[in-house]
Amino acid sequence: MASALIRVPERARRGEVIEIRGLIGHPMETGYRRTQHGERIARDIVRLFTCTYNGTEVFRAELHPAIAANPFIAFSTVATESGTIALHWSGDNGFTATESAAIVVE
Amino acid sequence: MVGLASAALAGEIPRAERRSGYEFMSRETRAMQDDDGANPGLLWVLEGETAWSRKVGAAGRACVDCHGDARASMKGVAARHPVFDAARGRPVDLEQRINACRTDRQQAAPLAYESRELLALTAYVARQSRGRPIEVTIDERTRPFLEAGRATFERRQGQLNLACTQCHDEHWGRRLAGNVVPQAHPTGYPLYRLEWQSLGSLQRRLRGCLAGIRAEPYDYGAPELVDLELYLMWRAREMAIDAPAVRP
Repeated sequence: MASALIRVPERARRGEVIEIRGLIGHPMETGYRRTQHGERIARDIVRLFTCTYNGTEVFRAELHPAIAANPFIAFSTVATESGTIALHWSGDNGFTATESAAIVVE
Repeated sequence: MVGLASAALAGEIPRAERRSGYEFMSRETRAMQDDDGANPGLLWVLEGETAWSRKVGAAGRACVDCHGDARASMKGVAARHPVFDAARGRPVDLEQRINACRTDRQQAAPLAYESRELLALTAYVARQSRGRPIEVTIDERTRPFLEAGRATFERRQGQLNLACTQCHDEHWGRRLAGNVVPQAHPTGYPLYRLEWQSLGSLQRRLRGCLAGIRAEPYDYGAPELVDLELYLMWRAREMAIDAPAVRP
């Protein structure tokens, strides 16, 4: 599942606190599970989530195996200027995903 | 055993008391289902939307080539399945209908049950029936299969010797190992089950229940499961589809 659902407000007032949400499709295999034959299933998780606002990082989260599959992250930031808000995920096995949306700040 | 008093509708939940599994969930889980930005089932719907336009098979045909915009053509389709298939002489569920299109019209291999692509297409199609009332057709062709499904629902099975009706008609609302027993209406399928951490079909859930009463689960696509699906959909008639749902 490489698809993601993000929610970024289309418009905001300068200085307003806005909520941003991202849900990424990812199995978040913990690395602790075993198959029916006793073989360990290798860890495969998202390790890092960042949000950049016109290139400046405004939010960062490090994820660990305890996070459930298809992790949903919601956070707030201050609307400062119009531009692009980008959400970026990276993790094991070279996993990367990016989704971005435009925001108009007046 | 209570519930055997009247013959035809023994133990059936009165229409006024029918409640979707949604109503037995916590506020937080309901909020997850209601929010399209937080419902993980929507990830499969998005994939299904892409798969709808993908040309496959020897025929090089995509769903959209015959069916056009799914938002129009698939409205109410999930609410009508399982539906009688004349070629096969029996009812088929949505997954079988999609695979029939794959093999007959697209000349492509059928998709495996619970595969990502079959779940995505099923979720996408079922989504187009959101809010619509379930209305499976029961006539002289489908009635024998409905009765077979009802018999399975009412038959004691497995090492625990339990019948579906005992929990889901007689003890819904009470608890089993701390979890509230729902009425078992399939209004939300395919749904994202938190326990699975994935979207899954009604057949996956039925097989899970059968394993839970320590009965041999029927294979995916088995007639017993499709007959049971038909019975469950008929039992939930006129309830609104809320696919893809979220369940604990």
